[in-house]
Amino acid sequence: MASVSVPSEGVSRGLFRRPTATTGLWSWLTTVDHKKIGILYGVTSFAFFIVGGSEALLIRLQLAQPNQELLSPSVYNEVFTMHGITMVFLVVMPLSAAFINYLIPLMIGARDVAFPRLNAFSYWAFLFGGIFVYSSWFLGGAPNGGWFGYAPNAVLDPTRGMTFYAIGLLMTGVASTVSAVNLAVTILNMRAPGMTLFRMPVFVWMSLVVQFLLAFSLPIISVALFELLFDKRFGTHFFDSVAGGDPVLWQHLFWLFGHPEVYILVLPAMGIVSEILPVFSRKPLFGYQFVVFSGIAIGFIGFGVWVHHMYAVGLGPIANTAFGISTIIIAVPTGVKIFNWLGTMWKGDLTFPTPMLFSIGFVSMFIIGGLSGVTHSVVPSDYQQTDTYYVVAHFHYVLFGGAIFGLFAGMFYWWPKAFGRKLSEGLGKVTFWTMLVGFNLTFGPMHILGLQGMPRRIQTYPEELGLTFYNLVSTVGAFTIAVSVALFLVNVAMTHRKPRGEAADPWDARTLEWLTTSPPPEHNFDEIPTVHALDEAWHRKYAETEGGAVVPVPAGGSGLEAEYTGAHAIHMPSPSYYPLIASLGLFVFGYGVIFSWLLAGAGAVVLLAGLYGWALEPSAE
Amino acid sequence: MRTRTRWVWSLLSLAVVAAACAPNAQQDSLNPQGPYADKVYDLFVPVFWIATGVFVLVEGLLVFFAIRYRRRKGRPAQMPPQIHGNNRLEIAWTILPALILAGVAVPTVTTIFDLAREPEGNALEVNVMGHQWWWEFDYPAENVNTANELHIPTGRPVLLTLCAVGLGYEDKPTPSDCQVGPPDGDPPAAIGDGVIHSFWVPELAGTQDVLPGQANTLVIQADEPGRYSGQCKEFCGLSHAYMKFAVVAHSPADYEEWLRNEQADAVTPEPGSLAATGMDVFLNGQCIACHAVQGLEDANGNPVVANGGPNLTHFANRECFAGCWLPNDDADELGRWLDDPAAVKEGSWMPDYGLSPEEIEAVVAYLQSLT
Repeated sequence: MASVSVPSEGVSRGLFRRPTATTGLWSWLTTVDHKKIGILYGVTSFAFFIVGGSEALLIRLQLAQPNQELLSPSVYNEVFTMHGITMVFLVVMPLSAAFINYLIPLMIGARDVAFPRLNAFSYWAFLFGGIFVYSSWFLGGAPNGGWFGYAPNAVLDPTRGMTFYAIGLLMTGVASTVSAVNLAVTILNMRAPGMTLFRMPVFVWMSLVVQFLLAFSLPIISVALFELLFDKRFGTHFFDSVAGGDPVLWQHLFWLFGHPEVYILVLPAMGIVSEILPVFSRKPLFGYQFVVFSGIAIGFIGFGVWVHHMYAVGLGPIANTAFGISTIIIAVPTGVKIFNWLGTMWKGDLTFPTPMLFSIGFVSMFIIGGLSGVTHSVVPSDYQQTDTYYVVAHFHYVLFGGAIFGLFAGMFYWWPKAFGRKLSEGLGKVTFWTMLVGFNLTFGPMHILGLQGMPRRIQTYPEELGLTFYNLVSTVGAFTIAVSVALFLVNVAMTHRKPRGEAADPWDARTLEWLTTSPPPEHNFDEIPTVHALDEAWHRKYAETEGGAVVPVPAGGSGLEAEYTGAHAIHMPSPSYYPLIASLGLFVFGYGVIFSWLLAGAGAVVLLAGLYGWALEPSAE
Repeated sequence: MRTRTRWVWSLLSLAVVAAACAPNAQQDSLNPQGPYADKVYDLFVPVFWIATGVFVLVEGLLVFFAIRYRRRKGRPAQMPPQIHGNNRLEIAWTILPALILAGVAVPTVTTIFDLAREPEGNALEVNVMGHQWWWEFDYPAENVNTANELHIPTGRPVLLTLCAVGLGYEDKPTPSDCQVGPPDGDPPAAIGDGVIHSFWVPELAGTQDVLPGQANTLVIQADEPGRYSGQCKEFCGLSHAYMKFAVVAHSPADYEEWLRNEQADAVTPEPGSLAATGMDVFLNGQCIACHAVQGLEDANGNPVVANGGPNLTHFANRECFAGCWLPNDDADELGRWLDDPAAVKEGSWMPDYGLSPEEIEAVVAYLQSLT
C-alpha cells in the first residue's frame, strides 16, 4: 500500500504497541478494516449456516415418517431451538451485516466506518455470543425452549439451556446495538461530497433503516432476556403468575422486538435485490423514492404489528382488531416494493446471470411469503393457522425464499468485487435451480400440512392424521437444498484456485463500489469520488441525449473523474488488540454468570482492561 | 418455469382437499364441522382465492417480463429507454391493494367480534385445564371430571373456560382461580408452575391459548355426532407432541346417557378377580396420591380424590390415555405405560413406581374394568 502512510513517531501510552501485521492470522485478529470485518462476518455466518442447516436436516429426518424415534423429544427440542436461534441470530443477521459492513463505506465513498475499532468489537462479540450459545451442548444441554423462549416454560425447564440462550443473545445483542449506532453514524456523516441522502443506493437506505430498527428493538429484547436470566438464575418472578408476575409479559416484549426483527432480516436482502435488478435490466430502479419511502414506512409500521403473533393469547377482540388492521396496512408498502421491482424489469434489456436469477427468485418467492402473511391479518383465519406448519411455511418463504435468496444474489454479485474473481456462472445457475426446486419442495407442502392440522414444534405425529406424504416430500426437498449449498461451496473452492484479475466493473454496474479496483485497496478509493447523481458510476459511463437515447461517454470524457495525482498520504486507522480483548472479557463474564462469580470477576477485569487500553490507545504508533 | 406449474398443482390439490375432505383427515382446518369453525372457514376461502388471484397476476407479470424483455440470442446489448418511474402507476398500486385489503378487513372485523360473543341460550359450560401433558375437563354443573376426552352434545354451543395449571395443588383448581396475583391475600399456590398450552380442535373452532393465571374462553359446537381430534398447539416442554385430546360429540340423548354414567361411582370389581387384585394395588400403592376414583375409599376411609393426575373413575369409557396418545383398550400399551411412564412420554410427571409385572397386569385389568 504505497499510498498509505503510517506515521512511525508517537508516544506510546497504551498497554501494548499497536499491532502492525497486514497479512496472516494476526492481521485478521486485530483488523479494523471494514472489508476484512465484512469477510469475517460472511465466513462465520456461512459456517453457522451449514450448522443450522444440518440441524434442519435432522428435524426433517425425524419428521419424514410418523412415530419416528430418531431424535428423542429432549434432543428434538434442543435441535429445533438451536436451528431457529442459529438461522436468525447467527446466519441471516450477520450475513446481512457482512454485506452492510463491506459495502456501505464503498457505496457512500468513504474509507472506513465511523468507529473502526467498535466495528471489530461488534464482530468479536457476535462470534463469541455464537460460540457461547453453542458451547451449551457440552455444558449441560442446549437451549430447548424454542427461539421464541416463551415463559414460563423457559423458566421452569430444569436445564441450563435457556440461561445460555439469554446470555448468548445478550452478547450478540450488544454486538448488534453497537454496530447499529456505528453504521447509522457512518451513513449519516461519512458520505462522499455530493452524495445527498437521495443519491444513496437503495441498499444503503435499507441498511440505514435496519440500523434504526436494531437500535430501537434490541433494547426491548434485552430487557426481556435480563428478566428471563434473573428468573432462571436469581429466582425472580417476572413471568410467574402465582407470585404476581405475568407470563404474557414475555410475549409482548419478545414480539415487540421480534416483529421489527423480521424486517431487520429481510430489508438488507430487499436492498441487495434493488441494486441487482437495475443492473441486469440495464435500467434505473423504477420509482427509487417510492422504494425508499416504502422501506422507511415498513420500518415504522413494523413496530406496530407484534400482536399478530399473539391473536390466540386472549387479549380480546379490540386488540386483535387493531393489530389485524395494522398488519393489513404493512402489506401496502411491501406490495409497492414488489410492483417497483416488476417495473424495473419492464421494457428492460434483461440478462440472467446468477445474481439476477437469485434476485428474480427472491421476488417470486417473497410474493408467496407476503401473501400468506396477509392471511395473518385475517384474524379469525389465523386462529386456525397460528402455531401450525402453515406459519412455518410462511416465514420460510420470507426468510429463506426472501432473505437467503437475496443474500445469495448478493454473494454472486459482489464476489468479484470482494475477491477479484467471479464465481462460476454454470455452477451458479445449477445452484440456483437446485435451490429453487428444493426450497419449494421443502416449504410449499408445509402450507398444506399446517391447514391439515400439523402443529409446530412437535417431535412426531401419529399416522392417522394423514400427514405422512407431504412430510416425506418436505424431507426430500430439504436434502435437495443441502445439495445446492454443497454446490455453492464447490463453486467457492474452485473459484479461489483461479488467479485474481477481475475487472473493476464486470457487470456494467451503477454504484460507487465499482469505480475502485477488485478487490478494493485498503483505503477503498485513491481519490474520494465526488457524486453528481444517483447511480453515479453509471452516469460516468453513459449520458442520456435529449431524445432519451443513451450514449456511452468516452473514458475521461465525462469530465467527472478527478485526475489521480499520485501517491499522497492517506491516513487509515491502525489495527488494535483491544476489540478482541474486550469482547473476550464479555465472553468469560458470560460463563461466570452461570458457573462462578470468580470467573465473572475475571471476565469483568479483562473487559474493563480492554476498554481502558482501548480508551488510551494512541491513534497510531 | 416448472416450479410454477408445480405450485399451481399444489394449490389446486389444496382446493381439492378443501372440497373433498380426505377420510383420514381428522384434525383438518379445511373440514369445518360446526358453526364456529364454519365462520372461520367462510372467511378463509375468499381470502385464499383473492390471494391466489394476486399471486397469479404478479408471478404472471414476472414471468412475462422475463420472457418478453430478455436479451435474445445473437442480439447485441442494447440500452433500453431509461424509465425512472411513473407517479400515476405508483399511486395506483398503492391505492388498489389498499382497497382490496380494506374489503378483506370488513368481514374480518365483524367475524372477530362475532366469535368473541358469549353464546346465546342454553350453552354447556366446561372448564378446561391444561396440564403438562394432558387435558382435564371439568363440568361444574354436572359434577363430572374427566381427562383427554371432551364429551359434548351436538347442536348446542359449549362455552369453555380455559387455564393452565401446574403440579402439586391441594384443592382441585378451577379457572376461577386463574387470576393474576394472590386474591384476598391468600396466594393460590395451588395452581403454580403451569406453562402455556393452546387448545385447538380445528374442525370445531380456532385456537385459544391456555395460560397460567388467566382464564380465557372459547365457544365450540359440533353439528354432527363424531370424534374430533384436537391437540396442544403451544410448545409446552418435553412431551408437547404427545398432548392430544379428542372432542366426542353425541346426540343429545346419547350425551345424557354418557353424563349419567360419568356421574355414577366407579364400578367395584368382582372379589377375587384379577381386577380386584389390581384395585388393592391401586389403593395400597402410590396411585391414589394423584388419581381420583369416585366412590373408592382409602385405608382410612377417606375418598380418593384427584391431586395432579387424571380422574380415572370411568377410565375404560374413554378411548385414549396419556394425552390421548395411546389407546385405552390396548393392555400392552397400558402395561408399558405403568412400567415406566417417562419411557413412553419423556418428562412425564408420573413416576415409575417399580411395579412388578404381576402388579402391572392386575392394575391394567382394574383400569380396564372402570367403565
